[in-house]
Amino acid sequence: MANPAPVQTLDLSARFPGVLSPDTRPGYSGWMVENARLLEFAAALRDDLGYDYLSSVTAVDYLPEGKMEVVYHVYKTTGGPGLVFKIQVPRADPVEVPSLVSIYPGAELQEREAWDLFGIKFTGHPDLRRILMWEGFAGHPMRKDWHEPYFEEEAKPLKSRWPDGTLIMAESKNQYGDNIAYPKGFNPESQTFDPEKALYAALRTYQKDELGLDTDHIIVNIGPQHPSTHGVFRVAVVLDGEKIVNLKPVMGYLHRNHEKIGERNTFIMNMPYTDRLDYLSSMSNNFGYALAVEKLMNVKPTERAEYIRVMMAEMTRIANHLMAIGALLNDLGAFFTPMLYALEERELLLDIFEAVSGSRMMCNYFRFGGVARDLPEGVLPKIKDLFFERLPRKIEEIDRFLSGNEIIRSRGIGQGVLTAEDAIKYSAAGPLLRASGIPYDVRRADPYSIYDRFEFDVVVRTNGDIYDRLMVRFDEIRQSIRIVQQAVKQLPDGPVMALKPMYQVRVPPGEAYGRVEGPKGELGFYVISNGKPTPWRYHVRAPSFINLTSFGPICIGQKVADVVAVLGSIDIVLGEVDR
Amino acid sequence: MHDMYGKGILKGLGVSLKRFAETYLDDLVWLGKRYRTDKGISHRLSKDARGIFTVQYPEEKIPVPEEFRFVPFLVYDEGPNGEKPLRCTSCGICAKVCPPQCIWIVRSTDPVTGRPIPDPAKFFVDGDICMNCGLCAEFCPFDAIKMDHDYELASFTRNVYDITMLSKSAGYYESIRPANAKREDAARAAKAATRIGQAE
Repeated sequence: MANPAPVQTLDLSARFPGVLSPDTRPGYSGWMVENARLLEFAAALRDDLGYDYLSSVTAVDYLPEGKMEVVYHVYKTTGGPGLVFKIQVPRADPVEVPSLVSIYPGAELQEREAWDLFGIKFTGHPDLRRILMWEGFAGHPMRKDWHEPYFEEEAKPLKSRWPDGTLIMAESKNQYGDNIAYPKGFNPESQTFDPEKALYAALRTYQKDELGLDTDHIIVNIGPQHPSTHGVFRVAVVLDGEKIVNLKPVMGYLHRNHEKIGERNTFIMNMPYTDRLDYLSSMSNNFGYALAVEKLMNVKPTERAEYIRVMMAEMTRIANHLMAIGALLNDLGAFFTPMLYALEERELLLDIFEAVSGSRMMCNYFRFGGVARDLPEGVLPKIKDLFFERLPRKIEEIDRFLSGNEIIRSRGIGQGVLTAEDAIKYSAAGPLLRASGIPYDVRRADPYSIYDRFEFDVVVRTNGDIYDRLMVRFDEIRQSIRIVQQAVKQLPDGPVMALKPMYQVRVPPGEAYGRVEGPKGELGFYVISNGKPTPWRYHVRAPSFINLTSFGPICIGQKVADVVAVLGSIDIVLGEVDR
Repeated sequence: MHDMYGKGILKGLGVSLKRFAETYLDDLVWLGKRYRTDKGISHRLSKDARGIFTVQYPEEKIPVPEEFRFVPFLVYDEGPNGEKPLRCTSCGICAKVCPPQCIWIVRSTDPVTGRPIPDPAKFFVDGDICMNCGLCAEFCPFDAIKMDHDYELASFTRNVYDITMLSKSAGYYESIRPANAKREDAARAAKAATRIGQAE
């Protein structure tokens, strides 16, 4: 079976008679829930069965069946396999589905995304606006019947390339002013429509001052062009003096509809595209995607490949955390000295990636059933040198350099607190969740690959403030060094590919959700195949994006100067937020 | 929280000072050979590196590893009489696996019969669309398309390469990727030997 689902043993349909039925489509698993009783079911799931963590919400457009489906993945923060449930609604414009935000507030941004890209209206959502596309955009681009201007073909490879492929440069048919479609009756020349109106309306939660003083709230926009937002990210804040009353992240400036591209690509073509999600940790992205497709294909990578994968994923985690630590210190005002100390070590790790995969950042190294090539000669000694000699010493040096610093302590300790309850509620993942006292790590909670063979501790800190999020990253680097050291010692000989390399893999129909503990949190890939060379649905559960759900709640009540520090401590990469 | 009275800052400054001193110490140890020499550069990329890391590009260049990949090129074998037959058979696998679809191939046809011949008439790589993923080189069954090492591509126009610009010799390929070339040559020879064996 493509998707072993131990949850089936738990007889949910007997517990909720008339509410849900098992999903019996071949290759699928989980439960179909009665639309009208979704809220009741979700509440019971969270409160009685302990599935307190909503990992992913996404939609699927089954155009041939005339249906839309919303897919939910829930987990227990105490560990164990998850549960998938779905609701189906007839395809209309717009499709209406009850919102889960009242039960799982972590669904907020994800439901907005599903509304934006699929046109699914979540009734009861507190702030249902577009999120990645702009207000006034025509249509919902992830729908299968939506085509961009100059649409060429439904799936790659494009017929114009071979056997009669005389080059036509893209720009020659994509001229300025002629590459965009507007909604009916929308004239950009004479528009009076203010795209920011909806945003500001959502922000104003004006209350009268309890002292009766006449102080006005002001709205300040930080970004999108601001050095501390780590990219083209914008934060709209409502201020009362210096205190933050409300805050909304505004994103989508780097949006390229990764998922639509992914649904036109063949399975293997998506591998290099995943590098571009969180471009600081491409190996982890490869890992998640490879796991999802391998689940569908029912392939197991070879032993040696598994070890190489784990080594690469942990090196990525170290490289990413070094970058995160450096960037956070930049945000706190320690301009570039800590950043460069961290980058030096990161460079040495990237040298290894370059020698192994051919590229420092866009690694494209994993394949279905293994990795692209074996470790070239001379790489393993280099890894040993780094991980047994240099890195442990250097991490301690950076730690000594920073953690005792009074400025960092006073700006970090007790600032930007996310409580444990809130962290679960808002579906925070990775270091953000573990700094709040929840020892939840996918590598331990739901082990994948060969993580059950290594000795390492799940890092946890309890205060949930900026300082703890910094310290969790230091601790995680130490644990990753431990894992790589063990993997180097145990690395077996043998092939690195379980399959014959094929440029078009055959993927049996079905669904799969592959998730890994990425450096930024739980990175999930939800892939649906219908047996064709391209996936029918390709969804990325992006940790950077979902971690931003808790950004507002963390900041409310803080001073405006702390926004930048909190954002730095969440550690986002805009390639992944905007996708 | 503030019971350290600035001791933490002083400790941090100590780290900075140590690293500052190491820069000059390492310069002295290497006596001017630390910069602009291959040995100096590889020392600065090793586990023992301390002090200034920066490589002064373009005066200094970091050697690229064998697997390093940049925009693809087409390999031709050098014949004894100066002919340059491309290994490419215009089978189109590279164009079909290319994620951003930057490879365009026109297949040759026999002028008499109109049947396709295994030889590309035109071959384009749109270098500005290429994402340097290396899938074309990985899945080419004839070792005909390979990834280059030349990363200095700045130009005043679009980087679109046609068949003449793409063609490079097997000798060049061997010079940039010796281990790969050796392995592939051996595999090709073995394959040819079995084919001859079967024919007999």
